[in-house]
Amino acid sequence: MDFFTFVQLGDASVRMAIPLLLACLAGLFSERAGIFDIGLEGKMLAAAFLAAAVSFTTGSVWVGLLAGIAISVTLSLIHGIASITFRGNQLISGVAINFFAAGLTVVIAQGWFAQGGRTPSLPRDARFGSVDFPGALTRVRDKMQASPGMQFYSEFISGHSILVYLGLLTVPLSWWILYRTRFGLRLRAVGEAPEAVDTAGISVVRLRFSAVIIAGILCGIAGAYLSTAVQAGFTKDMTANRGFIALAALIFAKWRPWYALGACLLFGLFFAIDNRFQNIQLQVIWIMVLLIGVSVLMTSWAARKEKIDLWVLGGLSAVLTLVALLAWRGAVTDEIGAMAALFETVKVPSQLIQSLPYLFVVIVLAGFVGKAIPPRAGGQPYVKER
Amino acid sequence: MDGMPKWADVVLVPVISLLLAAIISVIVFMAIGQNPWEAIKLMAYGAVGTSDFLGYTLFYATNFIFTGLCVAVAFHASLFNIGGEGQVLLGGLGAAIVCIFIPWPHWTLALVAGSAAAALFGALWVVIPAYLQARRGSHIVITTIMFNFMASGLLIFMLAGPLKPAGTMQVATGIFPEATHLPSLHDLAGVFGLDLFGRSPVNISIFLALAACVGVWALIWHTRLGFEIRALGRSESAAKYAGISAVNITMIALLISGGLAGMMAVNNTMGINSPQLVDNAAGGAGFIGIAVALMGRNHPVGIVIAALLFGALYQGGAELSAATSVQVQIVVVIQALVIMFTGALDEMVRSPIRKIFLRMDRSSAAGE
Repeated sequence: MDFFTFVQLGDASVRMAIPLLLACLAGLFSERAGIFDIGLEGKMLAAAFLAAAVSFTTGSVWVGLLAGIAISVTLSLIHGIASITFRGNQLISGVAINFFAAGLTVVIAQGWFAQGGRTPSLPRDARFGSVDFPGALTRVRDKMQASPGMQFYSEFISGHSILVYLGLLTVPLSWWILYRTRFGLRLRAVGEAPEAVDTAGISVVRLRFSAVIIAGILCGIAGAYLSTAVQAGFTKDMTANRGFIALAALIFAKWRPWYALGACLLFGLFFAIDNRFQNIQLQVIWIMVLLIGVSVLMTSWAARKEKIDLWVLGGLSAVLTLVALLAWRGAVTDEIGAMAALFETVKVPSQLIQSLPYLFVVIVLAGFVGKAIPPRAGGQPYVKER
Repeated sequence: MDGMPKWADVVLVPVISLLLAAIISVIVFMAIGQNPWEAIKLMAYGAVGTSDFLGYTLFYATNFIFTGLCVAVAFHASLFNIGGEGQVLLGGLGAAIVCIFIPWPHWTLALVAGSAAAALFGALWVVIPAYLQARRGSHIVITTIMFNFMASGLLIFMLAGPLKPAGTMQVATGIFPEATHLPSLHDLAGVFGLDLFGRSPVNISIFLALAACVGVWALIWHTRLGFEIRALGRSESAAKYAGISAVNITMIALLISGGLAGMMAVNNTMGINSPQLVDNAAGGAGFIGIAVALMGRNHPVGIVIAALLFGALYQGGAELSAATSVQVQIVVVIQALVIMFTGALDEMVRSPIRKIFLRMDRSSAAGE
């Protein structure tokens, strides 16, 4: 792998990270105010559809972006009405919004464009093009021959859509709002101790509604980015679970804006690797070392804990060890024998590579990356004392 | 309960929620230029219009009873198992392995072994999310969603590799051996000289689903374990104070939940007309289970009614999309509306009704 491959990988990570980052910050505002939002996925999807549809119809991508934000904010308000006004279950409301968006985008797309639940392909000027910085090279062939510094500048720094730079700017902006403004202080307070905020004479309901509206705006931008900058149009379920991964990134980031940037870049890197290297080959011995090593570590950790830990993690270790042995067994043929089979290279199943980001989410949630403490009042509706 | 008679809570509130969902669905139909009345007629005909269609409705209802029970058992412990979809896939894997690799002499034995394996695999798939929820406090909703994706990856890997018969192109297992085929209700009706359900795949696992309902009812309301599950669901701190182990009960409730989802696979692998395990075998049933459980108020009787309704909706929706240009995802929209109104916006429906009953109470008390 040469330097340019690394630069390209970094470039792809940033591109993949932006929708995650926007969704993650949306979740951050919402959860910091005490409202769980499982519906990030649905809001992004709805915004992706409407942004593409309106861009196509009007020919202006900015109008499309506004339409995407509008529908996302509308769904946010529904979530707010269900979970703030009527004190409903926030998880259920979020799930409903996800299904609503997943179904309705396809149904409406069919009714509107009759192309099997997609929008037509967007023409060039109905999309967000790339912003080329002065002096940056744009053609791949030129870039490959340029100096490393120039490659870095042209591929990594320059040439993204305006929404990427906007998305990156939301990180310091979110930090500033949350930690340097009165609104931010109150927003964080309402997620920790809404009764205290209420006692101080500040409206819990209004603060929480502002938080979900901010979340709606950010999800709207994320969705519009997907359908009008990354892709040229809306396709069914195009958000591909980014909403849920953003929630995991949020926990990984311990509900802080700058950490969120780091977490999303890491997940972006996973997706970039997944896209670029579909075909990973490993020697059997490495597979066995990896799987059996993890098994031994888990079991020895569990052995010092309670019985239930030993049962679950021990069982999981047994399964992993079995998989390792099966991989070995699969490589053995009559000609080479069992020992030589250890050094055969086998292809890692592509399904496993595709599952890696999800697996990583589970590992993150398992808390092996440090303890994450959610906002104290998260998920609970606030009932005013009478 | 506070001024509202029980029948209002059990019947009136769900019916009004359903009506609200229906009104919005009508608006959606009008928005996409479909005559709502025509659409509803088509869906109703597609669901129960012929004996064949009715059979399909019952077939889907069987699926939704299992997944509805799956979600409901977890809900009783205040847990939200959204991973039914993945657990169904793993259940299918269990049933397929048992049916293909063991030569069963008769379908009754295959049914027992197949459902046990399906339940076991479904339950095993929820072990890690359950463990992480119970011991590490990792959010069960996100972990089970992640496990849904991993399940579909694992299933495709198995169907494209180890379980694929040589020389076929389809990503699926071969047809299971003859002796494991479950008799369909059409065959059963034939014994009594009736010609019912045509070519539809509704089969005897519908009785398994009903038995599961009785089992869940007995478990939740008539056993110690059920009491502990409900106690944990009501208040974790109170349950702990009463000496109930939150870790154990969380694990057990989720394992039962996963097992019920897994058992659905008996219906849609061993029970279909050409029994085999195909890619994407769950078909969204795991998610419909959420709507079914919410609408059925987590009670087996309610779940059976809700499952029948969603079975009709699913089958009717399929016929509607076949006959018109409306996409089949309309079913997902209606499902979302039902989840929204019966789940999250429950209080919106409930509080006006409660107020009406309170006023009636007061006026009748004043009249005396």
